[in-house]
Amino acid sequence: MTTTARTGAAPPAAPARPDGGGRRPGARREALTGYGFLAPLLVLVGTFVAVPLLGAAALSLQRTNGFGEGTWVGAENYLRLASDPVFWRACLNTVLFTVIVTPASMALGLGAAVLLNSVLPARALFRSVLILPMAVSGVATALIGVLVFDQNSGIADGLLRALGLPTVDWQSDGVAAFASVVLVTLWWRTGFNMLIYLAGLQGIDAELIEAATLDGAGPWQRFRYVVVPMLGPSSFFLVIMNVIYSFQVFDIVFVLTGGGPQNATTVLVTYAYDNGFVVRDQGYAATIGVVLLLVSLLFTGLRWRTSRTRDLVG
Amino acid sequence: MRTATPTRPATPDRAVRRRRRDRWMPVRLLGAVLVSLALLFPLYWMVVVAFSSRSELFSGETRLWPRAVTLENFERVFDAFPVVTWVGNSVAIALVVSLLSVTVSMLAGYAFAHLRFRGSTALFLLCVATLMIPLQVIMVPLFRLVTSMGLFGSYWAVILPTAATGFGAFLARQFVIGIPRDLIEAARLDGAGHVRIFLRIVLPLSRPLLAVLFFMSLLQSWNDFAWPLVALQDNTLYTLPIGLLYLQGQLGSDYGGTMAFALLSVLPMVVLFLVFQRYFVQGFARTGIR
Repeated sequence: MTTTARTGAAPPAAPARPDGGGRRPGARREALTGYGFLAPLLVLVGTFVAVPLLGAAALSLQRTNGFGEGTWVGAENYLRLASDPVFWRACLNTVLFTVIVTPASMALGLGAAVLLNSVLPARALFRSVLILPMAVSGVATALIGVLVFDQNSGIADGLLRALGLPTVDWQSDGVAAFASVVLVTLWWRTGFNMLIYLAGLQGIDAELIEAATLDGAGPWQRFRYVVVPMLGPSSFFLVIMNVIYSFQVFDIVFVLTGGGPQNATTVLVTYAYDNGFVVRDQGYAATIGVVLLLVSLLFTGLRWRTSRTRDLVG
Repeated sequence: MRTATPTRPATPDRAVRRRRRDRWMPVRLLGAVLVSLALLFPLYWMVVVAFSSRSELFSGETRLWPRAVTLENFERVFDAFPVVTWVGNSVAIALVVSLLSVTVSMLAGYAFAHLRFRGSTALFLLCVATLMIPLQVIMVPLFRLVTSMGLFGSYWAVILPTAATGFGAFLARQFVIGIPRDLIEAARLDGAGHVRIFLRIVLPLSRPLLAVLFFMSLLQSWNDFAWPLVALQDNTLYTLPIGLLYLQGQLGSDYGGTMAFALLSVLPMVVLFLVFQRYFVQGFARTGIR
């Protein structure tokens, strides 16, 4: 890195800037050092993210099975998407998954965080238990789900039967299969939401709560009008993280249901994988990927613009 | 910086409040116990099935504990699958990825935090934005790229694409920016170069961050699934999650064997996670700083 600086190779683009930096003595050298320190990151991310991203855009305009050259077909893949019922089903499932998992995992996480932030014996132990699922791999989590929700021998139906309740066809019924994916995800993800909320709760000034109490606010009012607004930044962050996660949910779906039955649990990422490496319609797979990326950027961007202020204490 | 350490309750204990709180304490305790039991149950069930005999599992009875503890599932799995090889692959890949990741993130974090150069902010935002790119978007071209680079069929096919993360660079910058600028300026005046400052001042002051970056990266790499699934197609290169899925495909409804192996594959990370919880928790919680 220092050698780069010493040889004085021309910087990519570093003319003096009017706003500072540029004219300080040694600024040029500092800039070169900066690029040097960044080089490993830029090389790796550039090679393994940026280049493939451009590749995906190019592939989405081709028809190719991954062997030999593809043929350029213009917008054909995009037009095909519009009339592909499985694609729309995958879109619907992705959105459905997102709008269920995001609020549910946040609500559960908040509940757990409030519980663990109160006076309670063995709080550290409870916290460890709540975040333990985060250490378990997605594949193992999903396979435990397969075990629990097996509709012939699973313990879920076993318990329902023992309680005298009707059993559920977790594997052959579309809605039940979707529910099983959601339940497994909540088991896996609630700990993360709780951790963020717990950090947020511990950042709230105790005097504020005290003041609200002196003003006659009951427990619910304190929670609703003091605690929840003060947690705005945590909530904002969690919405973004949960939406990003939900758009990318792969391990659980792929292993637990494989997208079945009859695409009832197919989401965009599993559909893209199937097209890319099972059906080997790789141009089409890239097209699904590009659309997925655009949608998630749009979603996050909108959320960022519209809700940034509303969630903060105003 | 906010971290989730289990410290003080939300309100100061005044005598009156405490008495009123205590009335509800048993209820809260019960709630916490029930939630914990519900969350632990799936893991408990994995353990029960892993240690139950085949005949018992196929008896169709619903029992919440094993009648006799047996190791036959583990023996069967070790006999039929290259378990040791898979463990070795996972350890090697996770360690190399973590070390690379820490190095790359720290270098980038220092540059973003304390060096002035054109495009620094834009590059930083771009790095963070890569978090939003699902692997499945770039999976196909990445696979082709890795193949054309001759990496396919080696550990590097997994290591290099997963070593640098926008998340790591983000975390490193947020921490390193907290190192006082005066300290760095003073070292500059004493004639120290940036490499020297990085090695002698920044790294020693960043020990907690190094641990956080290392453990987060280790966890991520150990449990990584989607990309290794694409990049490792040779049985002898499998990491534990890929091996686990392969094994389940072979064993089918033999849940005893699958759960025995699942238990083996998650145990190292679960233990590390519990022992070094502090660092994992900080890693997750720190992502919350703006």
